[in-house]
Amino acid sequence: MGTLITPLSGWGRYPVQSCELERPERYADLNPCAVNVAADMIARGQGRSYGDAALNQTGRVLLTERVNRMLDFDTELGFLRAEAGTTLAEILPVILAHGWFLPVTPGTKFVSLGGCVAADVHGKNHHHDGSFGEHVVSIELILADGRRVLCSPSEKPELFWATVGGMGLTGIIGEVTLKLVPVTSAYMRVKNHVAANLEQLFQILQDPDRDDRYAVAWIDCLATGADMGRGVAMFGHHADAEHLPQRLGNPLMANPARGKALPFDLPGWVLNHKTIGMFNDFYFRREGGKRQTFLSGYDAYFYPLDSIGQWNRMYGKRGFVQYQCVIPDATAFDGIRELLQELSATRRASFLAVLKRLGEQGRGMLSFPLAGYTLALDLPLRDDGLFKLLDRLDEIVLRHGGRVYLAKDARLSAESFHAMYPRYDEFIGVKNSVDPEYRFSSSMSLRLGIGSKAI
Amino acid sequence: MSKSVLILGATSAIARATAAAFAARGHGIYLAGRDMNELPRIASDLRVRYGVEVRYGTFEAEATVTHAAFLQQVIVDMNGLSGVVLAFGYLGDQIAARDFSVGAKVIASNFTGAASILAECANHFEPLKSGFIIGISSVAGERGRQSNYVYGAAKGALSLYLQGLRNRLFASGVRVITVKPGFVDTAMTYGLPGMFLVASPQSIGERIARAPERSADILYLPWFWRYIMLIIKHIPELIFKRLKL
Repeated sequence: MGTLITPLSGWGRYPVQSCELERPERYADLNPCAVNVAADMIARGQGRSYGDAALNQTGRVLLTERVNRMLDFDTELGFLRAEAGTTLAEILPVILAHGWFLPVTPGTKFVSLGGCVAADVHGKNHHHDGSFGEHVVSIELILADGRRVLCSPSEKPELFWATVGGMGLTGIIGEVTLKLVPVTSAYMRVKNHVAANLEQLFQILQDPDRDDRYAVAWIDCLATGADMGRGVAMFGHHADAEHLPQRLGNPLMANPARGKALPFDLPGWVLNHKTIGMFNDFYFRREGGKRQTFLSGYDAYFYPLDSIGQWNRMYGKRGFVQYQCVIPDATAFDGIRELLQELSATRRASFLAVLKRLGEQGRGMLSFPLAGYTLALDLPLRDDGLFKLLDRLDEIVLRHGGRVYLAKDARLSAESFHAMYPRYDEFIGVKNSVDPEYRFSSSMSLRLGIGSKAI
Repeated sequence: MSKSVLILGATSAIARATAAAFAARGHGIYLAGRDMNELPRIASDLRVRYGVEVRYGTFEAEATVTHAAFLQQVIVDMNGLSGVVLAFGYLGDQIAARDFSVGAKVIASNFTGAASILAECANHFEPLKSGFIIGISSVAGERGRQSNYVYGAAKGALSLYLQGLRNRLFASGVRVITVKPGFVDTAMTYGLPGMFLVASPQSIGERIARAPERSADILYLPWFWRYIMLIIKHIPELIFKRLKL
């Protein structure tokens, strides 16, 4: 197999590191023993984690994109078994045609199944359905010695729950079997609720009468004073086919949102405090103005940004950092308010700020979600001052008992990581038992001191 | 009338993309190849994605004595065939030029094996007065270069063979299409220096599956390779022999 040495980054385009890549096309080559040298490695699907989770400066990066075969689809019972490189974008039209949908989906469909398991991703329905790993029936994991093992919640459960959320560090995820959820249409029924400030927004998100299967809130994080935390909460559920207007035709076929790709990097100055403020005003009025329940195709509802290919170029050449944290229910309001205050004090604008309620913590040892509220911010990287701000945000998150999401992270310190993930010892116990020589590592795992090379 | 397509050498990236493009058009697919770990995976994938009938079986290009029986079995299994795509090929490496035992394998696979199975296919389609035969050759077969002339010679011979076959089968209305891909993003080219204008296997597969509906006999993929090769073919030998290509 040929290798390619190239500068590589995650979706945030920071950091950029020179990596040596291999791209197997056969399942048999998705194997540490097939890699030419004894270097350590990390599997990489679509490279949609934001930071350095799928980079490996000192070893190999194993691309799984060509190992993307769907192997078995039980259309009666809703089980899908596919190779880890298969993307949600490939899966969706296939399963929808038979009346099934993904049990959990992140905000982009251009992610691989393996990535979804490794990051134990969550969606807008975490408070109802938990994270991705809860719906994984089993995994075929390829271990450091080349053995293929099947693990599931009942078979080798420790290995399974170390792999779910384990950032690819227990082995190469080869195959994933997923339990799907039934739907009768490809459409969503959506209702927006406007909140004038953070307090109202929390009330709306907590209100059991308004609750729905999917819930997410957009925050105008430039609004200050009495308006601080103003935003729009968006609730939705799968629309029933029988309630759809006739003109939509086949209820299981929604017209995909067809968009254009951003063909170049926007200059860094385009997104500034002023322009983002203007956008936020516009968006607040537009989304807040939708008082009636409306129908939306699943693409537009779940993946609004997917219609702009390469939207990460919007933040200019230096890229951006996405900061996503969760704060437990008891301290969530104070914690989120403090984070927003800190952000506005530095006059750093986040183009996208999203607030979501998360349900009970799952079983993945390094999984991110815990019962509370999660805030996600996109912060363009202009100067190194950003990292100082993010360190202060870490400090606030830690003080409130929260944690930072590894799939988004590019800069968390090893110390903070260990304080945020209390089940780390359990995880590393499993890793040591299946990967004693540390064949699996990434730039992230080295930075966070995961394993024997800990600082 | 069967709508099935036989893909010979079905595990390469181009073959997989071609099979997918035919399956997307509703054709049944028979995958022929050597890798019995990969074939069932590709077959399942095509069934799940496109809901068509897919079968697979072992095919050895170099085992020419097995070809007649192999094709008969495929025709029985698929209840007839509408076309065949010859997608196997063996690049070998530079040693092929100096060590004839390696070079012989390159010729045996790319030309002798191809000629053998194509003869069977032609004999099958000719009396039916319908069907298509698509042979994937290479732009490497257009001019001999020191870097891969054994492969180039075998592919060049294949191109000539397909040309003759086209001439023979024209009267019976059987299409014979020669495909000449340039650089394609496959395991064969991954990480190689000097690659440019690299096409995705999907775009190549889509073009190949469209070819039977179109009139072109010789297809350069992507199209601009026709002009690149036009230039390369017209460099005087006096100069060409001095180039490091």
